[in-house]
Amino acid sequence: MEKPLTEHIKNDGTPLSLKEYEAKGGYEGLKKALKMTPAEVLTVVKDSKLRGRGGAGFPTGMKWSFVPMGDNAPPVKYLVANGDEMEPGTFKDRLLIEGNPHQLIEGMIISAYTIGANMSYIFLRWAYHLAAKRVLAALDEAYKAGYLGKNILGSGYSLDMDLHTSVGRYICGEETALLNALEGKRANPRNKPPFPQVSGLFGKPTIVNNIETYCNIPHILAKGAEWYISISKSEGGGGTKLYGASGKVKNPAIWELPLGTTLGEIIEEHAGGMQDGYKLRGLLPGGASTDFLTPDHFNIKMDFEEVAKAGSRMGTGTIIVMDDKTCPVGMCLNLEQFFAQESCGWCTPCREGLPWTAKILLALEEGRGKPEDIDHLTFQTHYNAPGNTFCALAPGAMEPLQSALKYFREDFEEHIHTHQCKYKH
Amino acid sequence: MAKIYVDNIEYEVPDGKNMLEACTSLGLDLPYFCWHPKMHSVGACRQCAVMSYRDENDTRGRITMACMLDANDGTRISINAQPAKDFRAGNIESLMINHPHDCAVCDEGGECHLQDMTVMSGHNYRRYRFQKRTHNNQDLGPFINHEMNRCIQCYRCVRFYNDYAGGGDFGVFASSGRVYFGRSEEGTLESEFSGNLVEVCPTGVFTDKTLHKHYTRKWDLTSAPSICQGCSVGCNILTSERYGKLRRVMTRFNGDVNGYFLCDRGRFGYEYVNDEQRLTRAAQKDQNSGTDAFSAMKDHLASNPKLIGIGSPRASLESNFLLKQLVGADNFYNGVSAIENEVVNEVLNVLVKGNVRTPSLAEIETYDTVFVLGEDVTNTSPMIALALRQAAKNLPKEKAFALKIQHWNDAAIREVVQDEKGPFYLATPYATKLEEIATSSVHGNTKSLVQLSSKVADLISKGGDHQEDNDFAYRVANALTLSKKPLIVSGCGMMSKEIIRCAANIAGALRNAGKEVGVVFSVPEVNSLGMALLGSAGSLDDAILQTEKESGMTSIVLETDLFFRTNSQKANSFFEHSGKTILIDSLENNSTPNADFILPAGTFAESSGTMINNEGRAQRFYQVFKPNNDIKSSWAWLDMLMHQAEKERNFDAIVEEMANSVNAFQPISGLAPHADFRIGTQKIPRASHRFSGRTSMNADVNVHEPKPPVDEDSPLSFTMEGYHGKAPSSDIPFFWSPGWNSVQSINKYQIEVGGPLHGGNPGIRLIEPSESGVSSFEVNDGSADNGKIEALPSWFIFGSGELTAKSQAIMKRIEPAIISVSSATLKNSGIEGNGKITINSGEQKLTLPYKVDENVPAGVVLIPYGLADTMGITFPIYGNISMD
Repeated sequence: MEKPLTEHIKNDGTPLSLKEYEAKGGYEGLKKALKMTPAEVLTVVKDSKLRGRGGAGFPTGMKWSFVPMGDNAPPVKYLVANGDEMEPGTFKDRLLIEGNPHQLIEGMIISAYTIGANMSYIFLRWAYHLAAKRVLAALDEAYKAGYLGKNILGSGYSLDMDLHTSVGRYICGEETALLNALEGKRANPRNKPPFPQVSGLFGKPTIVNNIETYCNIPHILAKGAEWYISISKSEGGGGTKLYGASGKVKNPAIWELPLGTTLGEIIEEHAGGMQDGYKLRGLLPGGASTDFLTPDHFNIKMDFEEVAKAGSRMGTGTIIVMDDKTCPVGMCLNLEQFFAQESCGWCTPCREGLPWTAKILLALEEGRGKPEDIDHLTFQTHYNAPGNTFCALAPGAMEPLQSALKYFREDFEEHIHTHQCKYKH
Repeated sequence: MAKIYVDNIEYEVPDGKNMLEACTSLGLDLPYFCWHPKMHSVGACRQCAVMSYRDENDTRGRITMACMLDANDGTRISINAQPAKDFRAGNIESLMINHPHDCAVCDEGGECHLQDMTVMSGHNYRRYRFQKRTHNNQDLGPFINHEMNRCIQCYRCVRFYNDYAGGGDFGVFASSGRVYFGRSEEGTLESEFSGNLVEVCPTGVFTDKTLHKHYTRKWDLTSAPSICQGCSVGCNILTSERYGKLRRVMTRFNGDVNGYFLCDRGRFGYEYVNDEQRLTRAAQKDQNSGTDAFSAMKDHLASNPKLIGIGSPRASLESNFLLKQLVGADNFYNGVSAIENEVVNEVLNVLVKGNVRTPSLAEIETYDTVFVLGEDVTNTSPMIALALRQAAKNLPKEKAFALKIQHWNDAAIREVVQDEKGPFYLATPYATKLEEIATSSVHGNTKSLVQLSSKVADLISKGGDHQEDNDFAYRVANALTLSKKPLIVSGCGMMSKEIIRCAANIAGALRNAGKEVGVVFSVPEVNSLGMALLGSAGSLDDAILQTEKESGMTSIVLETDLFFRTNSQKANSFFEHSGKTILIDSLENNSTPNADFILPAGTFAESSGTMINNEGRAQRFYQVFKPNNDIKSSWAWLDMLMHQAEKERNFDAIVEEMANSVNAFQPISGLAPHADFRIGTQKIPRASHRFSGRTSMNADVNVHEPKPPVDEDSPLSFTMEGYHGKAPSSDIPFFWSPGWNSVQSINKYQIEVGGPLHGGNPGIRLIEPSESGVSSFEVNDGSADNGKIEALPSWFIFGSGELTAKSQAIMKRIEPAIISVSSATLKNSGIEGNGKITINSGEQKLTLPYKVDENVPAGVVLIPYGLADTMGITFPIYGNISMD
């Protein structure tokens, strides 16, 4: 089984130096790309069926193709790596940055070359201090080796790359809010259209991709689109995916597996199943803002299509497991309090609806629930549905709640009728 | 045009609109908060949700915000579909969860957009059972009250204050449900336009602090259409009264003038109307008052004394006209200094004789390149500055439109524009606030600015490309030459005729080069241009000379405090040499003790009349109430004096006489409906149909119901009786429509939202350029006073206005009178250390504290205009400075 993204990451906890990275074939993809035209690189990426790894799964090549190119294109364009990774339960990008920062840098250089950007930023979660340190060291090495800066490897192409560490808001993971934050503005999302490819950072054409997405690029260039598709088990996209699991499983971790590995295989084989004495009641397949799935879904493939068919989203692919001794209402409360706190306060449903939702869940947990509360929670899941709110934060926040109301409704009812949470006793 | 479908009904709407604009323009009721016709869409509040459908076969539809949906051909929505209605009700419910239940004690109550939208959206039962979030409020200064608990986070305030008006001391803080709008620390709001927060805020977060001092609900106010008298721009305002006190001033929408906004001088400078220093009785010095005093005046005039009249740029056209008729054209003088008279006449001269059009205030926003010469418009004509701030965004916005971003997509446009402004150039005697948005600016004395601007005009006339030269004049000339629609802005602020001509010459050169150029002049007062058009035998200085030459004349002084207009020596000389003096004015001032007779004049609140603004636009203002004392419109007193009558003629008769005798004023007779205008048989009521207490307001004095006062001069009535539909656009006393109690009801009075009023925006332009007009006026470079210090006025929005400075809230904002001077100038004059300095020209002498300001050009000192310590100074002064 091929693991292009993680196979070279060392076990001793130190990152690959530039030399080590080069020894493992690092920057070969870049060298190959620089001999191609940007349009040719774009074709390879399109052919690879790479889909964005940040959660939405948008085809990467198609996203890039919306950037204006050619002589009439705006002279200033930007490329941004979204390393905000504040989705609860998600820690895959951290592994990639801390373990192999050059892989990210190489991926970004190739991507920037493809869209004709000469400035790029790595937007990093505030708490990722170690990752920040390692990115800075790797940037330094890359500049010295001529992979960044003016006239990269004699190609005539120039690119600068900077690290921007966030001040720590979940909304900064939303790409347009991220761009506002990067500009020094309030991290409120922007309306689309215009899309960032047309008016992004400082109003210039901009591509924002997830860290993991960029890390795929060097390998696609080095080994080709056909190879990339061949290592996937999914119909809808190529490559491998970093899957993870947290919760009361025997072996909580991150694994690089073919895209489309079944949920059951990830939980049973790689995570080692549940810890003794615990049963799996439900799981969030791709971070906190995805709908619950249940053991009934173990046979579905963890890819964008099949998870969607099952009523959830693959999201970041990092699974949060809920066991039978954890209160689903309490878990929802925990999540909704997080989302309510992280709302930017721009649009009404999110700003007002999420705190109200959290207050109701707290009331349920504290035995103050009322029979009409379930209807009201259901109302909130509709009120905050996609399209009703300004961005995807609130609809995402509603996904665990709406599915919990579906799968664990009896728990909500019991809290109301017994005026207590049985899991606390 | 685009064909759209709303609830399966087909409509045609103009291209380029969003669906909220389109629906609102069609007269459909769709609730909203964050959208504003002047600030457009950002999609924050989610209140204008509708169902949108792909086509006629789409039966499911999806919730979409109308404000963010293009009104394209085939756009199909439903306002009434149940899911949309449910969503909007739920959205209001969410907005209300933290909103205090304090409508009964909230100043916004009764004209609250949130109240209206709550009713319209159908939310009426409270399900939220948890605690409300609360905020601390801030003291934002004397104008604005802050009550953050009422906030529904529509972001309009910050979008107006920062994005639209360019403010920097106000913002949005925190996130999630704790979002807070205010200042980083408590303190007075610095923007000259802060008062607009009162109208921009859809609920009671920002309310009028001056109204609060004598609060009255909107429905209990008697209101009238009026014209702001704070500067020469002539913004349209609504005045409101109850119990004989003027309670507040609000914006009266006029799409050609001020649109939705006012400056703080205009909004809060009304309080002098209620001042204890008001003259309320006709009086004869040391003798009679009331009718007897007036009889004595008539008797005196019946003896046919030789008369001299002092007119006023703050009095109405009618009053000045009648004074001129009464005293005779040869004896009618303009009550301003010789230099001010000369400069204002020059403005009229270049507007009438030149070949360049002066745009309306609203049109100023449409120009793409601006050069401001000599004028501190932020302080002399604040609303021009606000319009210029919009003009400075025009070219940068083109980049956004090139990306196919819609004109209404405000946040997206601002994202592309970033901080780009202009081209916008300033050449002024000192650093003005517009430098925040300037591409480049220079400061200089009169001579250097005359030279600079002459060079600019010269370069434009010569044509060609001067891009290689980085000199300021070249850069300005290049920018103006490259522009499609350049605008030259100047005014009387430097009291220089040459500056006016230079501005006209630049504009003329651009006109000759085929540009769609405009030229704007700020003039000192509300009716300065009207006075110039009316014409006079000379200035106040001339009048004083005349009385000194021929003492013993009876002087009639109309709304002029001589001590404000000239130094006390000259003013005293005037009164000493006059025989009897009849003074017609509204407030006690330094001139009143010198009068033999006093006639109490109505301010804009108690009188009606016509004013001509800096654009040459004649505009009508109406009295809002009949005071319970001797106060009358000045023209009424003058008419009675002239005709030895007990009662003045009807206002229309006077306007008719004026229109017939002054050619330029001919169109004014059609400015507004005449007094006999009726809708059906009814007059237009100044009070709302909910007005309470009409029959009992006087009950503490007399239980008999008094006969309501009759307005013989206009189609308006003083009570709530009358026609409650829409009045003609010039005569709208307040904005209201069923279900729309707030200022947002303006929508219902417009042909399309943000567009002109039904029946056209009121006002008539009296001055238009001719193609064969002059493009160049002779300029004298003014080098006569070589080697002397030039003292120029510095202007203050709060303080430089004679009457507004007597308003309590404004008084709190007036800065002390301090001379500004650069250290180089001080050094050259051998001045060191702290203390006061004296500027002496021989003729004028003034001693004041000073402060060092390195932006003031060498050889120039700045003296605040019109403050208590500096009134009566005639600028410019050429002299020397010394330590006191």
